[in-house]
Amino acid sequence: MIVVTDLSHDRDGVATLKNINLSIERGGVTALIGPNGAGKSTLLSLMSRLLPIQRGTIMVDDLQIGRCPNDVLARKLAILPQSNDTAPLLTVRELVSFGRYPYHKGRPDQRDREKVEEAIVALGLQPLAERRLDSLSGGQRQRAQVAMTFAQDTDYVLLDEPLNNLDIAASRSLMAVLQELARNHDRTIVIVLHDINYAAAYADRIVAMKDGQIVASGSPDEVLTETLLWTVFETNPKVHRIGAKVMVQV
Amino acid sequence: MAIALGLTLFLLLLASLFVGVIDISWAALGSDPEALQLMAISRAPRTIAVVISGGALAVSGAIMQMLVRNRFVEPMTAGTGQGAALGILLVTLYAPAASILVKMVLASVTALASGAGFLAIVHRLPPTQPLMVALVGLIYGGIIGACVTFVAYQADLLQYVEIWMNGEFSGVLQGRYELLWVVALVAGLCYLAADQFAIVGMGRTASINLGLNYTQTMILGLLAISVVTALTVVTVGMIPFVGLVVPSIVARLSGDNLRHSLPLTAMSGAALVLASDIVGRLVRYPYEIPVGTVFGVIGAVLFLWLLYAPKRHAS
Repeated sequence: MIVVTDLSHDRDGVATLKNINLSIERGGVTALIGPNGAGKSTLLSLMSRLLPIQRGTIMVDDLQIGRCPNDVLARKLAILPQSNDTAPLLTVRELVSFGRYPYHKGRPDQRDREKVEEAIVALGLQPLAERRLDSLSGGQRQRAQVAMTFAQDTDYVLLDEPLNNLDIAASRSLMAVLQELARNHDRTIVIVLHDINYAAAYADRIVAMKDGQIVASGSPDEVLTETLLWTVFETNPKVHRIGAKVMVQV
Repeated sequence: MAIALGLTLFLLLLASLFVGVIDISWAALGSDPEALQLMAISRAPRTIAVVISGGALAVSGAIMQMLVRNRFVEPMTAGTGQGAALGILLVTLYAPAASILVKMVLASVTALASGAGFLAIVHRLPPTQPLMVALVGLIYGGIIGACVTFVAYQADLLQYVEIWMNGEFSGVLQGRYELLWVVALVAGLCYLAADQFAIVGMGRTASINLGLNYTQTMILGLLAISVVTALTVVTVGMIPFVGLVVPSIVARLSGDNLRHSLPLTAMSGAALVLASDIVGRLVRYPYEIPVGTVFGVIGAVLFLWLLYAPKRHAS
């Protein structure tokens, strides 16, 4: 469980997060949504120790972010690097192998190699395993990155807007993979999403943020109402309910 | 690729031992004590010096390219080499009687300082413009180089400084190149941290994600680069472009996984510099052309060929 307590953050004198309290249960996909500048990415960066914590605490199970050694956390929580980074000249298998670094620190053994194969198979990357990342499509590359975090074998995986630059097929397939990781491999996924409909379709929980505060959290069915969308995004799309599914008409 | 490279390197080694103003035949080595002496005093040290500097400079280039995440930089032209020359000059000015050890330590310190300065500048550059890093590196190195020239000019040491600014191997003799073994050792130690440098090359987020101590690895890399560069400058002088061209070529052919590519980088660097040195000895026989000049030509042609050759994506 990730527990955020009294978390505040300033950037250049402007408060980007105001006294956040949040618990994210183990298992499932949790989506952070909200308008640009709401503080979603800041919150995720603090959880993933990319930014130093100024006030408040974040606990990931029994590990406190900022106190716990970096390499211990690397076996507990994985971050998916932003996809706009230039692709290193690595093959898919080499990239996935680096996911084992927190365990072997440069000296991989048989078990590490098995884990790498397992990750490649789990994400269906066998045909691409020897291809270079720079020869793959954006969706395939993103899938290879997910395979790396799979090999990293952490309980938690944090992703910051992974659907950027992906087409609908690649986006749906990535979200399905994440959902599958959560359901069948007991991973806890926390993901910042821009497109509310992807959150509605694939997340088990939605946390809506605005102006550095949490406005609502709960199942997509509970959170995605017309009133809430107006409060959070200041726009009024129609919300359709088809059985248990929610769809926001854009 | 590794086997072909190894074989090429071996043949070049043999050629280097037997190319020179004085003719030595294989048979003479067994019978003629003078030939054997020439081998031990001059040819073998020179060959060893070329192989070590070529390999180590290529390795230091590969590491710097990972640290700044940019393919267009190398220590020799981006300030580290000039920093080392500045250190040597300062020792010569203020402590002319200092031992080679003092010279070496001070050159390493000034090389480290100017390397750190370069990293600090690069840190502030927009990551979206990779060519800017290369240009800033050239200008930065140029400025420090200009300082060296100015100080040398004022102190009437220009000719003296030239020896370090234009590296070449004709002065290498037994007893005057042994520092390079330290360079070989440092370059070898870098291989132990190959994974760490490769991860740093994937960026800060990737490094933190994998639990790597980012700052510590940066410092370690910078230290290795500075020692390799400074000691090479102290013993044979500045040899530009090796650290730029060789890692780029190897990365294009065999990727960024340093555990796999670093040995290839070292071997390619050694082979290319050795070939340049042999050509430099032969073109104006019995006179010599500095290795840097020959390497510039060979390296540029190779680089162009690689840029325009059809792209290969396979591993």
